[in-house]
Amino acid sequence: MLNTFMVYVENKPGVLTRVASLFRRRAFNIDSLTVGRTEKPEVSRMTITVDADHDQARRIEANLYKLVNVMLVENITNQPAIVRDLAMIRVAATHEERSHVLELANVFRARVVDVAPESLTMEITGAEDKIDGLLELLRPFGILEMVRTGIVAMRRGSQSAKQGSRSDAPGHAGRNGSNRDAHSTDNISYSV
Amino acid sequence: MTNPRSRAASLTADQGKKPAGESPLKTALKKMTGAAILWECLEREGVKVVFGYPGGAILPAYDALKHSKIHHVLVRHEQGATHMADGYARASGQVGVAIATSGPGATNMVTGIATAMLDSSPIVCITGQVGSKLIGSDAFQETDITGVTLPITKHNYLVTHASEVAETIREAFYVARSGRPGPVLVDITKDAQQSTCEFDWDAAEPHMAGYRPDLSPAPEEYAEALELIRNSKRPIILAGHGIIISGAMREVRDFCERAGIPVAMTLLGLGAFPASHPLNLGMMGMHGEAWVNHMIQEADLLLAFGMRFDDRVTGNLKNYAPNAKKIHIEIDPAEINKNVKVDVPLVGDLREVLLELMPHVESIDRSEWLDKIDKLKGDSAVRDIQNLPDNGHLYAAHVINDLWRQTRDGKTIVVTDVGQHQMWEAQYYKHEQPRSLITSGGLGTMGFALPAAIGAKVASPESEVWVIVGDGGFQMTMCELATIVQENLKINIAIINNGFLGMVRQWQEFFYERNYAATPLLNPDFARLAEAYGIQSMTISNRSEVVPAVQSAQRHNGPVLINFKVEQEDTVYPMVAAGAALNDMIRRPSPIVETAEEE
Repeated sequence: MLNTFMVYVENKPGVLTRVASLFRRRAFNIDSLTVGRTEKPEVSRMTITVDADHDQARRIEANLYKLVNVMLVENITNQPAIVRDLAMIRVAATHEERSHVLELANVFRARVVDVAPESLTMEITGAEDKIDGLLELLRPFGILEMVRTGIVAMRRGSQSAKQGSRSDAPGHAGRNGSNRDAHSTDNISYSV
Repeated sequence: MTNPRSRAASLTADQGKKPAGESPLKTALKKMTGAAILWECLEREGVKVVFGYPGGAILPAYDALKHSKIHHVLVRHEQGATHMADGYARASGQVGVAIATSGPGATNMVTGIATAMLDSSPIVCITGQVGSKLIGSDAFQETDITGVTLPITKHNYLVTHASEVAETIREAFYVARSGRPGPVLVDITKDAQQSTCEFDWDAAEPHMAGYRPDLSPAPEEYAEALELIRNSKRPIILAGHGIIISGAMREVRDFCERAGIPVAMTLLGLGAFPASHPLNLGMMGMHGEAWVNHMIQEADLLLAFGMRFDDRVTGNLKNYAPNAKKIHIEIDPAEINKNVKVDVPLVGDLREVLLELMPHVESIDRSEWLDKIDKLKGDSAVRDIQNLPDNGHLYAAHVINDLWRQTRDGKTIVVTDVGQHQMWEAQYYKHEQPRSLITSGGLGTMGFALPAAIGAKVASPESEVWVIVGDGGFQMTMCELATIVQENLKINIAIINNGFLGMVRQWQEFFYERNYAATPLLNPDFARLAEAYGIQSMTISNRSEVVPAVQSAQRHNGPVLINFKVEQEDTVYPMVAAGAALNDMIRRPSPIVETAEEE
């Protein structure tokens, strides 16, 4: 099953290599990995998706914590979370087909960002299955080029839900079975 | 309700960083070169000795050495420097330090670093690097050593400015010795060694946002563990290297005596619990004692103390200890459920966890279980090569057992290499003290013994140090004989010389139809080789000569090498073949003492 990890790391040279090397060395296959800045310049944040069972997921978490530059790991696979992928899709569209393609883009709330005589390019943001759905419908027209960012994710609800205690200290990762700092659901809100 | 704070900020803020305000007493800071700061920091970290080999990119550091109180041991190969640092660390519990130049100097360290990694040994390796402007240009003797060693270090650093030296060295020592110890490499560019900056030790205190190795199990986990112990009729403690690292020898002893639980040892655990203690069963695993492996398979509870269920210890995982619940006390969370699924993990420092458990452990009579184990021991004694009368052949087991009898004063450190002699040592040398056996377990590094013994002797000059090494492994690092002589170290070397790569030959005997491909060795005359170095030497091929040779070596006040020419095609029994169940052992073919009962 696909697991999604949010990983906070120190923003230092070589940290991405350390994380990637860990997955290679322990023979876990990364499905997608994105990394970018956070609200704090010295902290970077990764969203990593990996195909792993329950035990493997805990070992991944524990091994990530062994990296000196990793500050916090959260497995949000079964947590309420906002998960987004961005795709740019160049689709073949002649003059006659264009309105049909635009209609599909509209339905999926994709934005057209470039138009050429024989093609148009749209960007779409959303959960992966939504993008997969649009791609499926566009395929008959001919997809000329496509690029996706891989997902970024954020837990839903109040940011401070877990911050009162330090129960999320690294040592408590990857324990046997139960996640005993089970996440408080008190402050969860749902966006529309 | 807590104030809403930025998520990332919560990870970095208030990490104990002192406010910038200066203490009124603070005197003007001294300007120093990166190289001088390096030695100053090493001294302040308590380093007395470094093992190294100079070269271009590390020359500024070597030049600054003259102002330092630290003693430098000149090795003959950088691999030796890392093994020496490792041996130093294992003998003393302190961080060992190795130093080398860039490129080939650094890559020669790789084997020693991996050895330290697999056995959780705290070493700091310092390498020179080409100037920071040249990095990435394939300059002369440039290697991306932080890239190369990334998966085999606990952490590593590239330092490109003098101002980063102090903080990096302090972090490196902290990371190497804390939590589960391990090797740390610090790669320092030539210009970072040469340029100057203000040296401020206090400001360089490590503040590591992502590294907080202190752990403590939850109360309910303790309760579950105690419940399992209370209900167990056939428990065994599996005692590993973590006992020695944690310094929990006393606690393990108290615990097993109180609860009446027998103790089986891993290879690296030997010495953590006295061999002569009535509850000590001996070594488990591939070449462990037969009764230990049988009992592990029959146990209803395994208490793993600072060990990691290595494949050499478990045999086939599918049918490993099938009836046993498992409690795993371990400092590294990533080891939990890695190989063996456990029922109760107690993640933390072993000593502290045991101190927490101890008051609640009940004294339970388990004599039935202990009697059963005792009965099985008899069967093994029958097959023991020690029972073989002197028939003119010299067996390695005899050499090692005789050596043990001559060195039972509690002041001896034995350093072994890898292979048959290592297993015979583990079986026939009875270790009573922690840190009295130093051996490469996890990586199984041939060539480890001789340099590691140098490190051990330097760390513990008052100890009698014996190297037990095969004729194959000895030749991998025998250049360090010169280091022994140059440093005037009293080290005794026992070569168990069977003219074969013995353990590989044994595998060929069992699993490759005795096709001895590339295992016979044509050796030099080791005694004459030693003489060339100015080392006293003997060649022994009769059992009656073993004890006099050992005694003569002990009397001589310089290094001694004894070449024991032993039986060529002797085999280590018992043996659990790779992939076989732990109780499925290849045993010595027939009982040696004919009057003994057949199985």
